[in-house]
Amino acid sequence: MEQDRILHISNLHKSFDGRKVIDGVDLSLISRENLVVLGKSGSGKSVIMKCIVRLLEPDQGSIHVFGTDVLNCSEKVLNTVRKRIGYLFQEGAMYDSMTVRENLLFPVKRDEKMRRLGEKALNEIVERNLESVGLIDAIDKLPAELSGGMKKRAGLARTLMLSPEMIIYDEPTTGLDPHTAGSINELILKVREIYDTSSVIITHDIKCARVTGDRLVILHDGKIIIGGTYEELKNSQDEEVSIFFN
Amino acid sequence: MERKSPIRITTEQFFHDIAGITFFTMRYFRNLFRSRFEFNEFILQCFRTGYNSLLLVGITALILGLVLTIQIRPIIADLGAEAWLPNMVFISVVTELGPVIFALLFAGKVGSGIGAELSSMRVTDQIDAMEVSATNPFNYLVVTRVTATTIMFPILVFLGDLLAFVGSFIGLKAYSDITFKLFYSRAFGDFFFSDIFPATIKTIFFGFFIGIISSYMGYFSGKGTEGVGRAANAAVVASSLVIFLLDLIAVEITDLIVY
Repeated sequence: MEQDRILHISNLHKSFDGRKVIDGVDLSLISRENLVVLGKSGSGKSVIMKCIVRLLEPDQGSIHVFGTDVLNCSEKVLNTVRKRIGYLFQEGAMYDSMTVRENLLFPVKRDEKMRRLGEKALNEIVERNLESVGLIDAIDKLPAELSGGMKKRAGLARTLMLSPEMIIYDEPTTGLDPHTAGSINELILKVREIYDTSSVIITHDIKCARVTGDRLVILHDGKIIIGGTYEELKNSQDEEVSIFFN
Repeated sequence: MERKSPIRITTEQFFHDIAGITFFTMRYFRNLFRSRFEFNEFILQCFRTGYNSLLLVGITALILGLVLTIQIRPIIADLGAEAWLPNMVFISVVTELGPVIFALLFAGKVGSGIGAELSSMRVTDQIDAMEVSATNPFNYLVVTRVTATTIMFPILVFLGDLLAFVGSFIGLKAYSDITFKLFYSRAFGDFFFSDIFPATIKTIFFGFFIGIISSYMGYFSGKGTEGVGRAANAAVVASSLVIFLLDLIAVEITDLIVY
């Protein structure tokens, strides 16, 4: 069990301007698991995720990813860990000035090992990844020409370029119509099957949580107040928990 | 909680930015010499900062030479020193007016562009996306832009000086029958290496600081679309102030060394 654990967060604290946003969070993720972190907007879900990849420095606590203490490691080691994590940002975070193809090539061209594969092989990986997210027709388009859903798909294709073992999805269905949100949910499950990944999905969309999550936790006032399967949480009598299900 | 006065907030922000720009500059040099140089992006930035500013600098330079000559000519003529006019205009453009005016234009066009572009990338998580994919956003975005402004600005000033020279000739030709050969010999008659060298060094610093300050303002901006506007604005304002400050320092140093 211990060797299957790929993420372990212990007693995490983070404040902004004296306001406590994360207050002693403990969280873990095992191999091939889809963990959903549910919480209202501004509850600190994104802050935890940013601490995992050290875009933010927590005030206290520890974070181990693939057994590495990411808060106390060198930049070189941190970058090795980051390459094993895919991060899908809320709006896709596509680089405006590059086409979809160039966006996907950007991280691999700066990776020593991947670069050695050569231009042709890298282009084949780009096409394969875009096909798997259903976006091959948009390969030479600029991000400005894509819809919100397409940007998220393209962003996901880019995160898959470095073959991550764990993917963080930041509000993957927010701002999308129900049909597109449904297709993104299916895509999250498909990615796990094809690429054998584990995922942390942060959302306030209960449908997304139900479809994609093996296990759900609810973040409230900077604390994890409950964890379990969708059915277990749905049957909870806790007022803060039932808000999400009614 | 203690409520800070606006003056205290502004003062704190000022010193915070001074320290920030210092560390940012150190980081630039560390990355420039230690990390992989993004040559393609550098060439693209040279094109954007240099070639795309050529028309603006060129028109301004031509008009600057023309206007200076037309305005100064009657006064100089009254003193009976019209023969000195080409040299006087050219020296004032090369040593002082050219670098400063072109730098202000450059800060307005290129500096605000860099500030707005980087801050909008920050707001839309593009810089974070580069960071989490273990690429070096500083190297790709900042090192290339600052190096491009440092190299391209002196070249722009050189071309601008030449066009101001042409403008000055047109201005004088309109009122006299001076030949280009005579104008050239009078302009360069008392022109020394010591006139052009400090001015060239100054333009390298202008280009570097416009790049560094604009990149800093954009790279560390935030707070939504308002942050983008503020970053572009701050890039121009801070760069303009630094241009005058550097100019003052350069004049003092030149004065000490040359004279």
